[in-house]
Amino acid sequence: MTVSGWGRYPVLSAQVNAPRDLAALQRHIAAGNAIARGNGRAYGDSAISETNTISTRHFNHMCAFDRETGQLVAEAGVLLRDIIESFLPRGWFPYVTPGTKFVTLGGMLAADVHGKNHHKDGSFAECVDWIDLIDGSGAITRCSRTENPDLFGWTIGGMGLTGVIVRAAIRLRPVESSWIRQRTLPASDLDHAIDLFEASLDATYSVAWIDCLQRGKGLGRSLVMLGEHAPVAELGDRQRVAPLAYAQKRKKTVPLDFPGWSLNRYSVQAFNKLYYWKGRRTPRETLVDWDSYFYPLDAILGWNKIYGRRGFAQFQCAIPLDQSRAGMRALIEAISAAGAGSFLSVLKRFGAQQSPFSFPMEGYTLSLDFPVNAQTLALMEQLDKVTLDHGGRFYLAKDSRMSRDTFAKSEPRLEQFIAQREKLHATPAFQSAQSERLGL
Amino acid sequence: MSKDHVLILGAKSDMAMAIAHRFAKAGHPIQLAARDVQSLETARTDIAVRYDVDATVHEFDALATDSHAKFAASLDPLPQIVICAVGYMGEQSQNEANPQEAVTVMRSNFEGPASILGVFANHFEQRGSGVLVGISSVAGNRGRATNYVYGSAKAGFTAFLSGLRNRLAKKNVHVLTVLPGFVATKMTEGLDLPEKLTAQPGEVGDAVFDAVRKGRNVIYVRKIWFVIMAIITNIPERIFKKLSI
Repeated sequence: MTVSGWGRYPVLSAQVNAPRDLAALQRHIAAGNAIARGNGRAYGDSAISETNTISTRHFNHMCAFDRETGQLVAEAGVLLRDIIESFLPRGWFPYVTPGTKFVTLGGMLAADVHGKNHHKDGSFAECVDWIDLIDGSGAITRCSRTENPDLFGWTIGGMGLTGVIVRAAIRLRPVESSWIRQRTLPASDLDHAIDLFEASLDATYSVAWIDCLQRGKGLGRSLVMLGEHAPVAELGDRQRVAPLAYAQKRKKTVPLDFPGWSLNRYSVQAFNKLYYWKGRRTPRETLVDWDSYFYPLDAILGWNKIYGRRGFAQFQCAIPLDQSRAGMRALIEAISAAGAGSFLSVLKRFGAQQSPFSFPMEGYTLSLDFPVNAQTLALMEQLDKVTLDHGGRFYLAKDSRMSRDTFAKSEPRLEQFIAQREKLHATPAFQSAQSERLGL
Repeated sequence: MSKDHVLILGAKSDMAMAIAHRFAKAGHPIQLAARDVQSLETARTDIAVRYDVDATVHEFDALATDSHAKFAASLDPLPQIVICAVGYMGEQSQNEANPQEAVTVMRSNFEGPASILGVFANHFEQRGSGVLVGISSVAGNRGRATNYVYGSAKAGFTAFLSGLRNRLAKKNVHVLTVLPGFVATKMTEGLDLPEKLTAQPGEVGDAVFDAVRKGRNVIYVRKIWFVIMAIITNIPERIFKKLSI
């Protein structure tokens, strides 16, 4: 069958199996060149092996929950949405969450996902107690910070290339309500935005929407959004009736592919203007429900179709702190000069790296998406170069088009990762289209 | 107020599991019954952890009809809602070649389900309350060459449910007949089913849950199946016998 990631680029033909029990799973792994696939929300080819893609969708059971410590044991195919649906009404929220809830536990571990609280709480690795992994030999190995720590470390952020995660124990965060107190701070340019981030390091959540089409004086103008879990005392009368309500808004669905030209410099410019203008005028402090705050795009099912039939590519890099201002400026200059409309541009302060092969590093990250065409692919190569020039690196869960050479230059950790894979007998047992492309 | 207990018979199938999840999500305690009950432990734990409800497992063999009375008596508490998702499609070619195989299919889809629901019907009639749900099939609406053994057993089951509903209507016991149409489950994995006609197990769960709440009598999961079956059952026999559908 044909398979692609969330960006719908590239589209590959791949053998996909969905084993229903452990024995069948082990049998498929034994065939080699295997990669586990959760809900297919990595943007590119991270979870595709043309000969042996293994869907974990039948491994979607929750196994135990400790109401004292908030530790949840669950199989790798459990969706984050289900975790929230089950535990938010009981006063628990994911410790770290990416920007969509339609990801699996296994996927979050493999990509070592980060959220808006990375600068404060670290990446997903931070809340993981242990993992049960099927390695290249087919055996199930429990690993944690104390038990098989190498395997544990390289698995979190290892993009499924150390083995197939069967189940894991993670800790949730106690919350009093399902509401977020949000503060929106307009920043007139990039330096201002970075100053605001640096002044808000003790905020639990921080993220900025950034206008990448502004040039000159307003280059990098942004809306920096800070957030805190709202205690019951801060809720309004209406919310206080059911402070932990899970209620979801009605979903909208993108019914069909937008034509490729609908996202262009002018439409995105108009959107940006409107959005910035609106952000400046909304009250600076608002209460936002959890779903709108963390997962604004999930409300539009199939939003990947707005980029048209040819799909889209994400670009996300991290640049170390001492190079962040210069690096981000150079990136935005390149984008605005190209006039390429990135509908979603997000700037965020990162804290330190957690796991040996994690993407985040102390510094700043910029994430953009572009409809796939010759012009944007060329632009992204230019952005690769700017990133390399500033000592940055790339997020594999979003990548679908980077060259092997760029990747090697960005990753001083590459050799160590390959050596670890050898040591764990993970090559050639586990492999994805991405790992083959990048020489991982 | 605590919610009614829901018993799922033949709990191992994807459809049964989806129904169990839907009721558990609404806070109902769940009793899962099937053969080789140990294999249900992962699913039981999942339901208990996910929905914070009581979930128990119970050994049950639909074909061992002489054990049915004892099985029902062993449940504590006696459930308020019983959903029978027992079924076995078999292979039509096998059913033709091997009469014993055909008998197993007939017993699995008619005799077993009818027997156990008959037992609960008596309990519920005596108590004066309860809901009985039978998962039958559109295959029972008219016999076709491709699956008439399975279809005939489902036809019997559908008729049984209809009669049961008639008998218990004045006794505050409700009977719901569910005709799912194609459903993407383990049973149909590998079959090339048309997408528009094929429900996901979750849709069956939602449909059964809503129908129980609203006290519906007979439901098709996807409405289109009502139309399809209306056409199929109205084709004159002299034409129908020559068709291959």
